[in-house]
Amino acid sequence: MTAGIVIAGAGHAGGAAAAALRQFGYKGTITLVGEEPIPPYQRPPLSKAWLKGEATAESLALRPERFYTQQNIQTRLSTTVTAIDRSGHQVQLSDHTAIPYEKLILALGARPRRLPLPGFTLPGVLELRTAADADRLKAAIHPGTRIAIIGGGYIGLEAAASVRALGAEAFVLEREPRLLARVASEPLSAFFHAAHTAHGVAIHVNTQVVGLKGEGRVEAVLLADGTELPCDAALVGVGAIPNEEIAAAAGLECRHGVVVDAQARTADPDIFAIGDLTQRPLSLYNRTGRLESVPNALEQARQAAACITGRPAPSPEVPWFWSDQYDIKLQIAGLPFDVARLVIRGDPTSGAFAVFHLDAEGHVQCVESVNTPAEFMAGRLLIQKRKAIDAAALADQTTNLKELAA
Amino acid sequence: MPKITFIEYNGTAHTVEVEEGLSVMEAAVNNGVPGIDADCGGACACATCHVYVDAAWEAKTGEKNESEAAMISFANGVEPNSRLSCQIKVTAELDGLVVRMPAGQH
Ligand SMILES: Cc1cc2nc3c(=O)[nH]c(=O)nc-3n(C[C@H](O)[C@H](O)[C@H](O)COP(=O)(O)OP(=O)(O)OC[C@H]3O[C@@H](n4cnc5c(N)ncnc54)[C@H](O)[C@@H]3O)c2cc1C
Ligand code: FES
Repeated sequence: MTAGIVIAGAGHAGGAAAAALRQFGYKGTITLVGEEPIPPYQRPPLSKAWLKGEATAESLALRPERFYTQQNIQTRLSTTVTAIDRSGHQVQLSDHTAIPYEKLILALGARPRRLPLPGFTLPGVLELRTAADADRLKAAIHPGTRIAIIGGGYIGLEAAASVRALGAEAFVLEREPRLLARVASEPLSAFFHAAHTAHGVAIHVNTQVVGLKGEGRVEAVLLADGTELPCDAALVGVGAIPNEEIAAAAGLECRHGVVVDAQARTADPDIFAIGDLTQRPLSLYNRTGRLESVPNALEQARQAAACITGRPAPSPEVPWFWSDQYDIKLQIAGLPFDVARLVIRGDPTSGAFAVFHLDAEGHVQCVESVNTPAEFMAGRLLIQKRKAIDAAALADQTTNLKELAA
Repeated sequence: MPKITFIEYNGTAHTVEVEEGLSVMEAAVNNGVPGIDADCGGACACATCHVYVDAAWEAKTGEKNESEAAMISFANGVEPNSRLSCQIKVTAELDGLVVRMPAGQH
């Protein structure tokens, strides 16, 4: 038997790559190596349905366990890849064994950024990336407990919504002047600020956390102005950094992510990289970037699998993302680069509206849709087509979106 | 357990057994049936789990909700019997269901 394909990292991207390889007819050995003790699972529900107790561990799994046996995919779980030996075409593992590869797919993901703050390692200071993290967070949420959420990004806000749904108290501490400052437009930030406030979440923007305090366990968050806010647990969600160290050590180019081309190839013809780990081309925007989303992980898994099995390269997809908070369904397509103006369709106070981001020529670059799935789908098409459109027609809710996007 | 048959665009049929309570999308994904991508994992956010429900089964699979209807109206090759398979729950009543897949999900 030949060495086959080794996939390093058994998360969403790695699991999807294994499945795509088999679907595209790859017959050789596939070995999926992952640090976590369980087969690939979906992270999005960890802050949403799962945290609220509306999903089972089974429903989190990307595929049932029998899938890996049926598809002849070897899994090596609770095992870390410690080094890549490019000239020897093998990876070294934490159990001191090595596995040879013909092709290697790096799907190492990202890890939560840690804050160098006093008290950060106290029990009760939590992060949310893995199922084990989610278990710890869930155990801390009971009716009446106070959960401090440090960082007003998607994960923090979704967790705040779930905390409220479970009858506990949540307050959000954000350093920037608005929520979702790096990832959403101002109208969208304002909308979420109002929505969380209405659901009883206290939102503190322009607020710098300088430490955490407690006797044997976190009891309060310390702010720069000297305020102490009591809490029973603190969730830190201040972004993620790519797990690129072993790739960098093997001499692969890393620039805040392992650099890949539009088919997920690194400069080494036998090594691919996919998912949150990568610095990838954003062909619609003439730049590169690192995306942290399931659709991105899946797109790159398909790119790598297609390339390895000699299939034509799939056409580039419009990046997109979703988030659920309370009864708010947010869907975002595209990225807000080179934006000249925002066009709002619908009334934010009604709870259903969309923010379209147009460039100077009137091309849609990005759409943020709140409870407006048709606007999301139309926006996604318009971004793909690069068709200049009339802002007034777009803002007018009587304009038929299908005709506009046709 | 109810049986569901998926027919790929190229005509290949796959019949799988599914636990009640799962969605038709999960039935395909869990059994490695190609042709359904289901990028959002059933959040009704992606429209990459599009199927055509055979005429005989349209009544039993129920009505589309508003969000599903809005999403699917923009999918490639949409027909009156188009559904998002993550929004159809498998029940004993659906034993024998046949759905067809579109040319592509992207
Ligand atoms: C709480 C939460 C909510 C989210 N919600 C959404 C959402 O609503 N929509 C959306 O699109 N995206 C969402 N995301 C993002 C999405 O989950 C990620 O983009 C996706 O998981 C990326 O997949 P990946 O395989 O690249 O990384 P991961 O899923 O992180 O997988 C990487 C795996 O590699 C393992 N690993 C790392 N280093 C090694 C090593 N050296 N050896 C072996 N194994 C290793 C890790 O343990 C991990 O299991 C969410 C993420 C989180 C945490
Ligand atoms: S799986 Fe995404 S809409 Fe059905």
